[in-house]
Order: sequence, then C-alpha cells, then structure tokens
Amino acid sequence: MIQFQVTVTVEGGLHARPAALFVSRTSQSQSKITLNKGEKIADGRSILGIMTLGISQGDHLTIQVDGSDEERVAAEIQQLFQQEFAS
Amino acid sequence: MLKGIPVSAGIAIAPIVRLSQDQPIAHETAISSADVSSHQSRLAQSIELARQQLEQLRVQTEEQLGAEKAAILSAHLAFLDDPAFTGEMNSAIESQLLSASAAVSQVADQFISLFESMDDAYMRERADDIRDVSRRLIRNLSGEESSVSFPEEPFILIAVDVTPSETLQLPLSHVRGIATVKGGSTSHAAILARSLGIPAVMGVGEALFSQMESETLLILDGATGQLYPAPDEETRKRYEAKAEEEAIERVAYEAMKDLPAKTLDGHRVHLMANMAVPEEADALVASGVEGIGLFRSEFLFMDRSTLPDEEEQFQAYKRVALAFGDKPVIIRTLDVGGDKHLPALALEKEENPFLGFRAIRISLARPELFQVQLRALLRASAFGRLLIMFPMISHLEQLRAAKSILEQAKSQLREEGVAFDENIAVGMMMEIPAACLQADAFAKEVQFFSIGTNDLVQYTLAVDRMNGNIADLYSYYHPAVLRLISQVIEASHRAGIWTGLCGEMAGDPVATELLLGLGLDEFSGAASVMPKVKQRIRTTTIEQAKRTASHVLTLSTTEDVIAFLNNKAE
Repeated sequence: MIQFQVTVTVEGGLHARPAALFVSRTSQSQSKITLNKGEKIADGRSILGIMTLGISQGDHLTIQVDGSDEERVAAEIQQLFQQEFAS
Repeated sequence: MLKGIPVSAGIAIAPIVRLSQDQPIAHETAISSADVSSHQSRLAQSIELARQQLEQLRVQTEEQLGAEKAAILSAHLAFLDDPAFTGEMNSAIESQLLSASAAVSQVADQFISLFESMDDAYMRERADDIRDVSRRLIRNLSGEESSVSFPEEPFILIAVDVTPSETLQLPLSHVRGIATVKGGSTSHAAILARSLGIPAVMGVGEALFSQMESETLLILDGATGQLYPAPDEETRKRYEAKAEEEAIERVAYEAMKDLPAKTLDGHRVHLMANMAVPEEADALVASGVEGIGLFRSEFLFMDRSTLPDEEEQFQAYKRVALAFGDKPVIIRTLDVGGDKHLPALALEKEENPFLGFRAIRISLARPELFQVQLRALLRASAFGRLLIMFPMISHLEQLRAAKSILEQAKSQLREEGVAFDENIAVGMMMEIPAACLQADAFAKEVQFFSIGTNDLVQYTLAVDRMNGNIADLYSYYHPAVLRLISQVIEASHRAGIWTGLCGEMAGDPVATELLLGLGLDEFSGAASVMPKVKQRIRTTTIEQAKRTASHVLTLSTTEDVIAFLNNKAE
C-alpha cells in the first residue's frame, strides 16, 4: 500500500468538475483508492463520496492506494494534484 | 386566475405541456427474491439509457450553449458510474428486496439530504443534480423512454419544478413560457429562464396541476405572476393585444440596446440592474446594462448553519467582478435583520425588526465578521470594477466606523502583499430619513449615494409595506419622500459626488422623467424593465424633465403627483 499527502490547490476546492476528472482517472485502476480528510473517508472511485467530503482549496488530504498497479496510480494522482489541478 | 411569483417578464399564450415527474415508487416497493435479477437488469438498462441520453445532451449543449454549461452534464455522467450511487442501488435491490425504482429513490434521497445539509452553498445546490439524475433513472424505468418529449409547436411548460438538465433540453423555438408549482426567483430554473428570455412564473402551488388538463390553453404573465387557464374570449383578446405590444417594444428595445441613456438634448445618465445571485451575471452582461447598481451580498449567508469564510466570499465576488470587466458593480455589505432566517448569525427574533438590530448595525457590532466580508471584497476588486456600499446608515459615526474597518482591512492586505483596487469607491444607501436630511454632511465622506426607495418610503411614512391594511398609504410618490430624494441629489451634486437609486421606483417608467428632472445620475432596477426607462429618457429633454420635477415638488398630495405624472405619461 502507498500512502501520501496532497494539498488541494484547485480553485474552489474539489467540486463537481475536478471530482469528475479525479474519478475518470481512478476508475480504470485495479487498486483500492481511499481519500481521507481528517476523520472522513471516501472511496476514490465515488464522485459523490468525494464531493460529500466537502474538500476546499487549501485542504490537506491523505490518499491511500492499495493494489497491483498502486505505484502507477499513485504517481498519476500526484501528478493530477500537482499539475492539472494547480493550473 | 392563479398567481405565483413572477420570475421572468413577458406574456405567453399557448397550450400547456405537463412535464411528467410522477415518481412511480408507490406501485411496487417490495419485491420477492425471485424478481431480484430482473430488477437488477432493468436498473442496468435504465442506467445505460441514461448514459446515452446524457452523452447526447452533453454534445448538444456544448455546441449550443458552450462547454461551461455542458460541464455539469459530465458530472451527471460520472454519477452513473459511481459505486456509492448506482452500485448501491444495485445492492439495495438484492439486500433489501426493493424494486429498481424504490432502490433509486432510496439511495438518491440519502445523497440529497447529505448535500442539503452541507454548509457550502455550491454543494447544497448539488442536491438538485442528484434529483435530476435519479428522476431520469426512474423515468427510464417506468418506460417513458424519451424522458421529455415536446410538441413541434408553441407550448407553455408546467411542472412541479424544473431541473437544470430539463431546462437545457427545452426547445427554445417552441417553449413560450414556464410555470412551476415550487421554486422562487433565485432557483436555477428561474435564472436560466431569465437568461434565455422565457417568461416564467414559479411557486404557483398545487393549484397549477389541479386546475389544468393537458393542452389547456394558458395565458402567463411573467411580469405580474398571473396565470389564466382556459381564458374567456375577452381576456384572451386583451392579452393578445398586450403580447403584440410587447413584441413591438422588444424590437424597439433591441434596437437601442447599445445606445446610451441620453436625453434628446444630450444629458447622460446611467442605467444599471439589480442582481441577487452571481449566476445572473452573464445574462445581465448580455442584456446591455451598464453595470450593477445593487448586488445584494445576502445570498451568501442564507439558509446555512455556518458563515461563509473569506475564500468562499472572495470567489463569489471575483466571479461577478470578472463577468462585468470594466463595468461597475456596486456590492452592498450584509443587509439582514431579525426578520430573515439566518441561522449562521443566530439573530434573536425581534418585536420590531425593521427598527432593530440589522444591516450595518450588525456589521459594526461584529467587526470580525464584517472584516472578513471587506477583505473578500477588496481582494475581488483586483479583478474588475467593484464599489462598496454600506446599508442602513443613519449616524455619521457609523459611516466613519465602517470606513475605518475598511481601512484596517486595506492595510492588512497591503502588509500581506495582496492586490486590491486602492481607489475602490465607497458609498452608502440613503434609506433612512435622518441620513437624507443630513445628506450634506455625509456627502463629504463618501463617493456616492444610492437611494433605497423601498425602505425610505417605509421609514418616512411609518408604513410597513408588508401590512395589507395600510398598503394604500405606501407610495414613493408621497411629496415628503420626493422632497427627501430631491435634497439628497442636490446635496450630492453640491459636494461633487453622484446619486443613484435602487428600488422599484428606478424601474417605474412613470417616475423616470421626474427622477431625471430631480438630477438623478444612475437608475438601477430589474433588468427586464430598464429598456422602458431608457426609452423614456431618450425621448425627453432635460429641460422638460426639470420643468416636470419642479412642478411635482409644488404638489401637496400623493394623489396629485400620481395624476399629474400619469397624465404626462400618456
């Protein structure tokens, strides 16, 4: 299992559109993906689960990826937060 | 006749089409274990059908209305693949022996209440998206495949409420009007109706459905909120004539959309619009208004249990600033009191809320809250042309205190190196007679005045405008009100600043010449009525208007004023 932290830089937080982008990337993966915001947890394949975490700009998330393609998926998610969400 | 909330002006006369949204859950809720797999496969088919429908709608919306309006449909598509949503529906059929449609309703309701309980206004609105998608799934299940089918001829849509995707699917060439049981003027459908120019009346209540069969001919007046199902010959003729008049006017208004609000002899004033929610911005920009004369910041604070933080407010103001570019937007700081439901502020219910703890009085008593709003406004001012306006000022000390908090916010931002408009203009509402009488003193300390006639009339005449028993006493044509307005404008001009007017009077064409003659510099009303005001301005002269104004100021009763102006207007 890989665990890492990201900071949400996307303007307005992880609302419908970026959440849709996030799950479009994770839905192809073989691994189990979990997002943790404080004590709240969401399934990384569930757009509604992610939206109901109420993630705002500046929030810190802990993300866990567990499965056969975890390294590739973790790298993709990190890139998503660092580059695509940041622009 | 039925009556609802007028949300988008215009007259529509056409047969109705009922948007079916019966949720057929009552028919079969519980199923036997033998039927589990058939219900699961029906659910799967309904999801697949929804995917095709949404994909098609997304492509169509993107072509016709642009990528931004289409983006919400991408989110709807993602809901269909969500294991917590459609996956949960599928398991509920098996584990709870629910019918496919009951499973859809149950899972959707959980998410709807979850979203509705969230503090962020944007997230709360997402409950509508869940409703939208689940309604689509249920419709697909009940076999109404073409979820919405519209006739190829003019019609008025009637519905319980209208979801965003339904509004986007309306055939604009045939839909003449919209009437709904629920909803109000700030609902998503209302804003879209205004921006698409479709006459609409909302919040009509259950009578809307009970009094109408399919294809009943309906007259809808979006300016007054009146509905006439199956009208008699005379009513119909009257409205047909009115509709024709409107059509001719619209052509005339369209032709002067980009012309300045200038009298025949060259006196120029500014026509602006009032705005309640940022979603209206694009439509207002397109309508040709010169800016926003009143943007109420209350929408950010309503119906939620915690206060919007600086970031959330900043994003909302910034969005508006960007939409209007170099056109001015006057944002009024929080204007609420004990008569409005504001759980986040935990205000006490008051015996006399209009004379109580409200508006600037709250802001000054809670500077930590006020400062958050001012910081957000200042930060947003870097992205457009914002003006700040304080409501309910009666004492000069209040104005000074508010300005000093604003200065503190400015110096904080300077220290933090955050950009804002250093020359941002500060103004105040003129809605309390005491301030109007002392306008000369206030004029030295602000850059503009905006007269709020709705409250000014109430405070000057001591008439509660919500009290039907004394409604006949409430009028902005009362000579005392007109004298206050005249004094405020004169005092502002002596000090070299300008005066605007936001309130119903600004959009009343009967009052236009009078206000012009009194020297008003800016008119701000509902965008739909401003073309009429512009026409009045463009067909008179400032000399003529001044004569009208000085004559009106000699009249001593409301009746005389109204009679004189009506006579002139005809």
